[in-house]
Amino acid sequence: MATETSVVKLPGTIDSLLERPVPRLEKMLGPDGYKLVRALVTNPLSIAGLVILGLFVLVAIFAPMIAPPPFPEVPYTIPRDGYSNDPRPPMSEWNRFQPPPAFWLEPLTGSEEWVHVLGTASGQWDIFYGLVWGTRTAFRVGIVITASVVTIGILVGSVSAYYGGKVDMILMRITDVFLTMPFLMAALVLSSILAPRFGKTIVAPMIALIVFGWMGYARLIRSDVLSVKQRDYVMAARVIGVSNRRILLRHILPNAIFPTMVVASMDVGSYVITFAALSFLGIGAEIGFADWGQLLSFARDWITALDVYWYIVLYPGMTLVLFVLAWNLIGDAVRDVFDPRLRGGNS
Amino acid sequence: MTKYIIRRLLLVPVLLIGTTILTFAILQFLTPTERSALYMADVPRNENAWNSAIRKYCLDCPITEQYWRWLVGVRDPVSGEYETGLLRGHLGYSRSGHQYVSEMIARRFPATLELALWSILPIVGGGIWLGVKSAVNHNNLIDQVVRVISIIGWSFPTFVFGLLVLMYFYANLEWFPPGRLSLWANQIVGDPELFVKYTKLVTVDSLLNLRFDIFWDAIRHLILPIVTLSYLSWALLLRVTRSSMLETLHQDYVTTARAKGLREKDVINRHARPNALLPVLTLAGFTVVGLLNGVVITETIFNYPGIGKAAAAAALSFDVITVLGLALFSGFILVFANLVVDIAYVFVDPRVILD
Repeated sequence: MATETSVVKLPGTIDSLLERPVPRLEKMLGPDGYKLVRALVTNPLSIAGLVILGLFVLVAIFAPMIAPPPFPEVPYTIPRDGYSNDPRPPMSEWNRFQPPPAFWLEPLTGSEEWVHVLGTASGQWDIFYGLVWGTRTAFRVGIVITASVVTIGILVGSVSAYYGGKVDMILMRITDVFLTMPFLMAALVLSSILAPRFGKTIVAPMIALIVFGWMGYARLIRSDVLSVKQRDYVMAARVIGVSNRRILLRHILPNAIFPTMVVASMDVGSYVITFAALSFLGIGAEIGFADWGQLLSFARDWITALDVYWYIVLYPGMTLVLFVLAWNLIGDAVRDVFDPRLRGGNS
Repeated sequence: MTKYIIRRLLLVPVLLIGTTILTFAILQFLTPTERSALYMADVPRNENAWNSAIRKYCLDCPITEQYWRWLVGVRDPVSGEYETGLLRGHLGYSRSGHQYVSEMIARRFPATLELALWSILPIVGGGIWLGVKSAVNHNNLIDQVVRVISIIGWSFPTFVFGLLVLMYFYANLEWFPPGRLSLWANQIVGDPELFVKYTKLVTVDSLLNLRFDIFWDAIRHLILPIVTLSYLSWALLLRVTRSSMLETLHQDYVTTARAKGLREKDVINRHARPNALLPVLTLAGFTVVGLLNGVVITETIFNYPGIGKAAAAAALSFDVITVLGLALFSGFILVFANLVVDIAYVFVDPRVILD
């Protein structure tokens, strides 16, 4: 670089800063986004996270090919091989309602016949099928909940910070009140109210988690809006008479939203856990819906016999752990970039 | 400092009232039949009795009046005495548990409290100890092991970890059973002639009664839930301790301490650690307070008869009044616990007042 320029520039001066070659990607993503992407693809842990997450995405997308539904009109209902209460071990044969053959079945097992690859849970629900289709449920739940809580959080937080004064005080006290209830208990309350009204679907626990999940984002975006609000260009916009709504939406939010979005995208994993926890407690979709938490809840009937029926805990449990681990590995790298206090190292 | 504390104290009634309003708002989703469980055990079958109940408890009044009645109670027209009322500790009747919610709390909260109290030391002590160890041995083998422990612990959902622990230590090894006490111990504890309940905390009472066999039995039942609660809380606690400690170890005054020839042990224990622990303290406080959340799942998995398990069970039968009562109770405890944490923090680190 230095050879191309004829004038000698001292390193560390304004000149040398201005002449820093800016990669194309950085122009596209902006400085923060670029820093983020670079951190993600250079850190081995976050690469591992991205790979695992990518596998989950593939499973979710290709679920109909990996585990073809025997009844295509209700793909999210786990096929049930009989009604016996005792779980059956992995690779035991599949007697009733076999799904149509999958592409990987014959090369791997040598026959077109389905087997219970990972065994069955009590009630003969096939664990493998539940895990594959449960991946879709997990992404759906995680993304819908996150998007909703972030929207509410941004709404409350930015209005609170922008208007300040009484509005701020009232909105923040409301936030505090929502925070006083222990999160899980509050979610239990709401889902037990909503479940009889919505029927046993995944909607009730999702609403419950949304209603009691936005407070953190409201506080986060509030503090960012408060600092952006002071900048000169906001003042300039106000001087030339731009409306409040436009200032907030076009000038402040785009510049304040980034940290919230990053935190939110990393929280998808934890919402999936909490949702699974609610379904584990039995407050979720109807029995047989492809959902990881529910598969695990079958294990509650077999606490004393888990040494025999280890597979009803281990496979769904490890799937859930792997999913969350992937998000956390990525999240760890992201935090290294943005939050010096939580940095893994001291660099 | 006084000003800060007064302001913080003034927030308490606001939060308490806000919580009751939120609770009451949630109650509005219920039908009058469901809401009647706030006041009475059964819905009267007789239409006249039902109508008079609606009138008596003001179930069809305007919301503000209903809220007031719910808060202060209803005056009995015959005796003229107030009955029910949240301010009198009346939280409604648990139709799934067949008892008043307040009775349920009185019976079950000691168990939850016992579990929480026993978990504080392992959670806070263990988290801080691991964090400091990790920072002092920065990038060594110990540091790497601790970081792996942390990231795995962070990724384990409580119920998966609990189930795996049960699978190994109960189903395979039969070391630690679920529940609160074994059958024989429960019979002795339930017999007022043999066992005096001073505090309702079994571990304490058994020592006061000099029944060491029961003490050991209670501990055996507590170990798995405590391990579950602490391991999962460590992840965050030790990360924050570690990074805070790393930051402190690079401060000039630590270098000075080293330069003047202090032993490394003294540098760490006397100079670095006390300052590094400041940010950890708030987090530790919130972690302990947050135990009330963790117990719902932990108690359910380990079949431990506390309020968390009761809430989960009531939610399963859609008994909103019970879950709501328990949530309100936990919410009140949280308000006061957070107050204690916040005020304690001012004494440790006076700088927060500047905020």
